[in-house]
Amino acid sequence: MTLLDFARGPGLQGAWLVMVGGTAWRIAGILLLRQRLHLAAPRIGFAGRVRGGLATVFTRFVPRRTFWPRIAVSVGLSSTFHLGLAVIVLGGAPHIQVIHQFFWLTWPSLPKGLVVIVSGLTLASMIALLFRRIYHPVLRLLSTTDDYLSWLLVFLPVLTGILLSGETIASYRTLLTLHILSVELMMVWLPFGKLLHVKLAFYSRAAMGMNFARKGAAT
Amino acid sequence: MESAETLGEVLGRRGFGRRSLLKFAIAMTSSLALPPALAPVMAANLAKAKRRSVIWLSFQECTGCLETLLRSSSPSIEALIFDFVSLDYQESLMAAAGADAERTLREAVAANKGEYLLAIDGSIPVKDGGVYSMTGGRSNLGMLSEIAADAKAVLAIGTCAAYGGIPKAYPNPTGAAGVEDLISGKPIVNIPGCPPVPEVLSGVLVHFISFGHLPELDDRKRPLAYFGTTIHDQCYRRPFYDQGKFAKSFDDEGARQGWCLFELGCKGPVTHNACASLKWNGGTSFPIESGHGCIGCSEPDFWDAGSFYTSLAGGSSAGWRNTGIALGVGVAGGLAAALSGRRKST
Repeated sequence: MTLLDFARGPGLQGAWLVMVGGTAWRIAGILLLRQRLHLAAPRIGFAGRVRGGLATVFTRFVPRRTFWPRIAVSVGLSSTFHLGLAVIVLGGAPHIQVIHQFFWLTWPSLPKGLVVIVSGLTLASMIALLFRRIYHPVLRLLSTTDDYLSWLLVFLPVLTGILLSGETIASYRTLLTLHILSVELMMVWLPFGKLLHVKLAFYSRAAMGMNFARKGAAT
Repeated sequence: MESAETLGEVLGRRGFGRRSLLKFAIAMTSSLALPPALAPVMAANLAKAKRRSVIWLSFQECTGCLETLLRSSSPSIEALIFDFVSLDYQESLMAAAGADAERTLREAVAANKGEYLLAIDGSIPVKDGGVYSMTGGRSNLGMLSEIAADAKAVLAIGTCAAYGGIPKAYPNPTGAAGVEDLISGKPIVNIPGCPPVPEVLSGVLVHFISFGHLPELDDRKRPLAYFGTTIHDQCYRRPFYDQGKFAKSFDDEGARQGWCLFELGCKGPVTHNACASLKWNGGTSFPIESGHGCIGCSEPDFWDAGSFYTSLAGGSSAGWRNTGIALGVGVAGGLAAALSGRRKST
């Protein structure tokens, strides 16, 4: 069995099962935590928890105008990186092929050249964000191994994906093997570190929004 | 057997002049990725070359490799190169049988000791002492070891001889192996393919006859000139891959337009061979041109590398049952963690 055969077979299966099981463990653990009772009455004019929660999910996409001058660059880089990842995963023909194979869903792909350009922008924004994390004194203090490992495990699939699309440096087989293995590493790590925000970002925003709405705080 | 007649004399008798040989040498140096300046040298060496003995042993095989090589081309210089080689032993082609064939083999080995080329097609079963394929009461493994010992070089023709091929596919009941797994200390050339491209064999033979040594090989002992690139690198459908235009089924509009077959399982991107450049049947076509993706038949273990129709981008699924089990185990773990947390907080 070649390494590529392993990556497309047992490696992929194992990574998928670890990701599914680990995510279920984390989400079940959070949902089953003891909820604190609200002893105070809700604020007058309280429009409902669901509405408050949903509103926060969307309002948090755009920072408050007050903060813009300070965070415009980091928000721009983060948005480029996240939107770029979405375009790569949902627009790249081979990725749609994988989704189709496992879930029977399909849609038209984007031209390869466009996906490569977006991948380049994503990679550049990730590198910039890493430098910011290293050189910003507060951010550096707050950063843990989890942050750097999560960054690396997202960076590697993007990097190997770009190399694969150009088919340079090494053979297609080598680059495809490295690309699939790097994705599998990310899948294995996803439930156990900060990458789980892929699944929890909207949940945590909604939970906060529901709480704030009840208290009448602006979200 | 060894003959005093040179290739130049043989070609002259058949109406091929010096100019024809030079044109052939130019094409061959190009095909073998050699410097153009070597073409006159190759032509001169070929003209002076003496008949070279080849002993061909067929082991666990289907005769497809031999069939392909026999039908390789019309009467051309390549065909004459094959003619020029003295095929002293080939069980399917020789008139002799039984004890006469055995004697022919012994005589050919004795007469050309250390100078003959040994060509092998088919894998070699090694399980249970190699009893699964015998010739004249001798195992393939025994014959290979004995006859390879006095060979100048060994040519492993076809994927079975090179890597074990289909006989080696899971569960490999005969313990099939390729030549390179069993022979050491001899120059080995792998010419994989199921079947291999005939022109690759003629290229290797011409190089050997011209220069007295084997062409440059890659890390899998394949002639670099023919296996240095992938099918995908030279595929005429490659522009469609780059544009993201893929056939989704064998009868859709994309297939009719000749778009890339990647999504239909084409293994061209990971398959090293010369099909896309040399093509088959005298340069008529090759599988992708005929509308079917490459199945990667010249790569090791291609039979066990999943479905021919699963895209390289995909892989084998863990299955809904295993996914359900993972989900259940995860939820149970989460529940246990949450209950433990609650107990600690009270």
